[in-house]
Amino acid sequence: MSTLTTPTEVSSPPRFTQDSLGWVPWVQPLAEEELTERHYEGLVQPQRAKNPYFRLLARDPEVLAARTRTDLDIFYNTAGGLGRAERELGAAVASRSNGCVYCASVHSGFATHYSKRGDDVQRLLDEGVRADLGDDVWNAVRDAVVALTATPVRFGAAHVAALHEAGLDDAAVLDVINSGAFFNWANRLMLSLGEPETT
Amino acid sequence: MDVIDTLSGITPGSRLDELRSRRPEAREQAQATYDALFSPVDASAISLVERYAVASFAAALFDVPAAEQHYATLLSFTDAGLAATVAEAVELGRGSGPYGSFSGDLAAESQPGADLVLLPHLADALGARLTAALQHTHMLVLHPRDSSRERLEPLVEAGWSADGIVTLSQLVSFLAFQVRVVAGLSVLVAEGSR
Repeated sequence: MSTLTTPTEVSSPPRFTQDSLGWVPWVQPLAEEELTERHYEGLVQPQRAKNPYFRLLARDPEVLAARTRTDLDIFYNTAGGLGRAERELGAAVASRSNGCVYCASVHSGFATHYSKRGDDVQRLLDEGVRADLGDDVWNAVRDAVVALTATPVRFGAAHVAALHEAGLDDAAVLDVINSGAFFNWANRLMLSLGEPETT
Repeated sequence: MDVIDTLSGITPGSRLDELRSRRPEAREQAQATYDALFSPVDASAISLVERYAVASFAAALFDVPAAEQHYATLLSFTDAGLAATVAEAVELGRGSGPYGSFSGDLAAESQPGADLVLLPHLADALGARLTAALQHTHMLVLHPRDSSRERLEPLVEAGWSADGIVTLSQLVSFLAFQVRVVAGLSVLVAEGSR
């Protein structure tokens, strides 16, 4: 089996979108029939074996398992902290800033789902990370995640103060940091191991 | 105390220790990722010294000093000569990100920027595999949206397997997360001590 996949004609999305997109791997995923017990442990959720992205990451099962559990706690542990919509917004802002059209589509869609603020979310996609997102909390999350996504990191005391002034507590600030930082991980995998496709 | 605590200056029983404990699985599994990358059950696709070299290079480019020092120390304990070579490569590679080109309707937003160009004596000292890996790492750190299928070909030509490319990509991408958590928590630690 060759290391890279065979090139195919891919219909690339021309802009950021909340529409559902596909993702085509450049590096060869494992075939479903190659998956062993160790790979399934890495996948955490067995239904992920249907997804070529996760079958590709299953090439390092221990890292995939730990990555997946980190992701689930940051985004789905709703004991206190930041709202679900704002965590997804953080993911979408990091993705918009790094330029990951695929990640941005998934997480802008989730942000809209949880907030019912599809127009604010769409402005982020259309205008970029300087767009007015409609209120102080969202704009403070936007600024914090953009600063955290920059290299060198520009996140500082002023961002924490703005998040507090918008009404967020320290647990919510930690969730902003975690969700923005996590998408600096996810964006790099999705961007560098394959490409988005309109479906 | 895990690596993120250590690099952020979080002490047991402190306010930040308690805050982090509210996301216990994220905390534990971030450390589990570090362990899986740097104490792997199978290092056949990417050796330990390759992992340390890539981590040291990436952490330096991310420019979070505590992390840069941590990974530089891991590498220099293992191979001091390679650590000196990587340190030279870092000086050629430093930059501000994220930059990179867009296509389609987004082309107007493109911010083209430099690739890493390694001087011949550095490429010789690194060897083909690490030369290709550091060039790829530079893109992943600073301009990930410049990724393409073509940019994976030098890795394949230098002998990287699919398993190796996945672990290399996870390592750099995990560090992108880890250094940002450290940078963010460090701000909160500094606030608490004011």
